[in-house]
Amino acid sequence: MDKKASLASRIGPALLPLCGIVLLIIINIIGDLLRDPSPGIFGPGAFLHIEWRAGVGLIGAVIDILNHSSKIIILALGMSIVIATRGIDLSVGSIMAVAGAIAATLTVSGMPALAAIGIALAASIACGVWNGALVAGLRLQPFVATLVLMVAGRGIAQMITDGQVVTFQDPLLAYLGNGRPAWLPLPMPLLIALALLAMTALVTRRTAIGMLIEVVGDNPRAARLSGVRAGTIIAGAYAFSGLCAGVAGLIAASNIKAADPHHAGLMLELSAIFAVVVGGGSLSGGRFSLLGAALGGVLMQTLTATMYARNVSAEVAPLPVAMIILLVCIAGSPAAREWWRSRRRGVPV
Amino acid sequence: MSDPTTQVVASTGRRFLPLMTAIAIAVVMFVFGSLRYEHFGSPATLSNILAGYAFVGIAAVGMTLAIISGGIDLSVGSMVAFTSILIATLVQKGLHPLAAAAIALAAGSALGGMMGAIIHVFRLPSFIVTLAGMFAIRALGFLVREQSLGIQHEFYSWTSRHATLTLGGGAAIPLRTMIFLAALLTGMLIARSTAFGRNVYAIGGSARNARLMGVNVGATTIGVFALSGFCSALGGFAFTLYRRAGDPAAVVGLELEVIAAVVIGGTLLSGGVGGLAGTLIGVIIVGLIRTIIDFEGSLNAAWTSIATGMLLLAFVGLQQLLATMMSRRARDRRM
Repeated sequence: MDKKASLASRIGPALLPLCGIVLLIIINIIGDLLRDPSPGIFGPGAFLHIEWRAGVGLIGAVIDILNHSSKIIILALGMSIVIATRGIDLSVGSIMAVAGAIAATLTVSGMPALAAIGIALAASIACGVWNGALVAGLRLQPFVATLVLMVAGRGIAQMITDGQVVTFQDPLLAYLGNGRPAWLPLPMPLLIALALLAMTALVTRRTAIGMLIEVVGDNPRAARLSGVRAGTIIAGAYAFSGLCAGVAGLIAASNIKAADPHHAGLMLELSAIFAVVVGGGSLSGGRFSLLGAALGGVLMQTLTATMYARNVSAEVAPLPVAMIILLVCIAGSPAAREWWRSRRRGVPV
Repeated sequence: MSDPTTQVVASTGRRFLPLMTAIAIAVVMFVFGSLRYEHFGSPATLSNILAGYAFVGIAAVGMTLAIISGGIDLSVGSMVAFTSILIATLVQKGLHPLAAAAIALAAGSALGGMMGAIIHVFRLPSFIVTLAGMFAIRALGFLVREQSLGIQHEFYSWTSRHATLTLGGGAAIPLRTMIFLAALLTGMLIARSTAFGRNVYAIGGSARNARLMGVNVGATTIGVFALSGFCSALGGFAFTLYRRAGDPAAVVGLELEVIAAVVIGGTLLSGGVGGLAGTLIGVIIVGLIRTIIDFEGSLNAAWTSIATGMLLLAFVGLQQLLATMMSRRARDRRM
């Protein structure tokens, strides 16, 4: 009974993003059919068409969306944990730019890719630890602490690449974002995202760490008084978010075989927050759903892909996307929740 | 019982120590620049900062009030960019620049007010709502026009010829500096001498207590964000006076400089405490950072955002330290 209830509470938050994804897929199918009905629903060229190509694996629009959503999924994992501690991490987009800049610059200067990736990830974790120290140590408001790195981080990335876009040819680094393992027909970024999701879920839900995170976010004072080391948990959350941002940054650089300090990860902080909120995380902390956040990330990417498929330009697309994000935040806000609750009970508002 | 005078002295100390530190830092930076670079130590440097940073300062006036009310407005940079391209496009369509500016001001206030309404009605954190606003309003600018657009209108050449006060030593006060100083003075009047201003301080101190005292929290929140939108739009107009162009891609990351200017000026990010006199010093310091980096020449422009961020952090840290010291002293006094 108890197990069933906890299973429901794990899957419940995933339903909203799932409905959103289905809705967007239907919109895309109808839009495509109106433009050209010849491919049908699953035929070549249709939105849902998935094809097996020898030597490559599965290809199709849906696989592309899943592939591109992996960066948001990875960011959303870290953001889930940070938001669960009643925090926020606005610096993830900039940390992505820093990680990409470090890895690209180092491999171009002749360092082996593995070492460069290691240094880039270590630097990302250091960025996260810096955020965590400001929030947990100096007790700064999370959005101020991470806003500093959000803006200054891009400056750091520009300094690393000297303001240039650094292109690289390293095969291993390029494999991260574009490769497909021979034994699995899926793109590498998606596999990395799924592996990180599984690992994070395992660590948070099979140990007490997940509960401790939620306790710290739900009532920091009570957590401290009952002996939970809130500071360590909070700092750890930001460090993990930094690591996730680093991984996403490496994938972003790998995708285009270049590190772009100005545009890498731009607006992705908002996408990650959206993914968390739509996936059942509360901005006031205290709970998180990794599955919900991951599906929220897929929903976000489906939304962006739908914009592009409907010929909305890349500069203008943030307008409808930001509006939808705001609507979701409004729907998940305490005021809206109360309103729903009172409606259900039939109590006049 | 504690002595009320020491409490007043202590709270004034807490209030003015950051401001005094800010003034000292501004003086040190100016002296440092004057000793290190030729042509730095002149009134012209100061007037150039005020002119070049007028749009930052105007946006900072609204931001100061937003932060005092306990919120934050991350959309200021996008709003400056959006209104600048809106004005440029309208002028190209044949509208007088002043009419175009009036439309931009109305649009800025309306967008700001909308964000304030969402913040209040749905009790969402202001940084989330204005972060969404930051991206949406930036895209709105691109919707108006995707590239930057120069402005050719006799009004603009008239302002630089006739609406500029020339002072001695190469210093000059162009129209945009006057707009900044006027906005600053108006902001001070609003903050100090109107019921709205007192309400802003009250809801920043404690929204709950303010509501119990009969302050209309909703109207004040909406008003403060509408005012911030108005100021950013006015900043956008000043930006067009400065660059003679509108640019939807301009001033990315401006919000950090504006927030830094406000915080360096002694306004507490936790709300309820602060003022506009400090913001003027803050704007000058943020301007001095960029001017010194420009004079240094070899330094990468990226240093500006890093240095600004570090200074912001240092001041937030100082505030935090003072707040802890004050609460500790208050506790000791009670014992």
